[in-house]
Amino acid sequence: MTTWHLTTVTSVVDITPTARTLRLALPEAIHALPGQHVDIRLTAEDGYSTARAYSLSDVRETRSVEVTVERLHDGEVSPYLVDVVEPGDPLEISDPHGFWFTWPSGDDRPVQLIGGGSGIAPLMSMIRSREVEAPQTPFSLVYSVRSPDRVYYRDEFRQLIDHRRMDVHLIHTRVGPENATRPPGRLTADELAGLTLDPATSPTVFICGPNRFVENCAQWMVDAGHDRTRIRTERFGE
Amino acid sequence: MAIVNRGFVGRRDRDARRLPPGQYTTLDFPVLSSEPTPSVAPEGWMLAVQSADHRAATFTWEQFQDMPHDDITTDIHCVTRWSKFDTRWRGVSFDTLLQALPWEPAPYVMAHCHGGYTANVPLADLVGGRGWIADTYDGEPLAAEHGGPARLLVPHLYFWKSAKWVRRLRFMTEDAPGFWEERGYHMYGDPWREQRYS
Repeated sequence: MTTWHLTTVTSVVDITPTARTLRLALPEAIHALPGQHVDIRLTAEDGYSTARAYSLSDVRETRSVEVTVERLHDGEVSPYLVDVVEPGDPLEISDPHGFWFTWPSGDDRPVQLIGGGSGIAPLMSMIRSREVEAPQTPFSLVYSVRSPDRVYYRDEFRQLIDHRRMDVHLIHTRVGPENATRPPGRLTADELAGLTLDPATSPTVFICGPNRFVENCAQWMVDAGHDRTRIRTERFGE
Repeated sequence: MAIVNRGFVGRRDRDARRLPPGQYTTLDFPVLSSEPTPSVAPEGWMLAVQSADHRAATFTWEQFQDMPHDDITTDIHCVTRWSKFDTRWRGVSFDTLLQALPWEPAPYVMAHCHGGYTANVPLADLVGGRGWIADTYDGEPLAAEHGGPARLLVPHLYFWKSAKWVRRLRFMTEDAPGFWEERGYHMYGDPWREQRYS
């Protein structure tokens, strides 16, 4: 049986034109690992109910969690979560799931994160947990995004970069920022190899994003000499 | 705890007879995989089958292709809540496979896959035209990202049981957890009873 927890939406923040971060307060504590997801269930007045899985983007607290939801063009749940839900609304979530695409908090081995689009959400959970639990663990991020206005958690990334907390490489695929030295375009195998940690340091590699992006990046990392058993993937879409 | 999400209406296109509880339909074929996709050439593929008392039988790709194949049209249900109707497969049924074995099977099967993934399924759920080793999807050789050259197909259970890139079937006298079953997922996984998590 799926256990459902009643949460209350405590804040909603539009972070891109198509995505919104929701913070949910829980009456009882849950302990989630960075990288895990929950199902969010919606119920209509007549009892109709449906649920979808969303990665947690912050698990540092036990009495509240955060998700960032991208509005899907033809979605049934995401448009409600992005456009309708308001602070004070109730929302049901499942227990956290997924015990594979998770970063063991406190682990001191190097970590290479590769995110495409909304695939940054579970990686952000790892980054945030690292800041409080293992700030010396080497972390490096390659984040592929369509255009500057689609970057999630922009201010936090700016701070991480400014304070030299970790390597953050933003790859713009369609539209680049002003003053960009790299023309917009898709990530390539050579470029990825040049931006990621040396395979000799045996990093754990987490790749999350649209399936084609993940498929390509995973293969390129294997080709670059990374041990395939140290590469973990999470994919969405066809 | 029955709550109502104010203003939520939802789509009503679900077919309650075909759609298990908690599922929604998709026209895509999402890929779920925990690791990089293994690259396994059919010529190098071999299926090893292992009895509970450690006797082994093997089938090369060529031998496997020579076995009688079934065409299967079926709905599939992923634990991540998507269901896909009328998917078209071709493969060798477990009934056919068992006939080719020189020894008696045991009541549980562990599928071992390239990359290290495992999934456990009771033998009773694989026989009687309910389980296959599939090598074709929608008229084409099964794509690597969907488990090619060959994967398990057990459509009446959640799709994580339909293990991709299968290379060894190990018969067991007692049930044992596979990859996801060791990580919080249900030992059996019946979509109609929503057996998602343990």
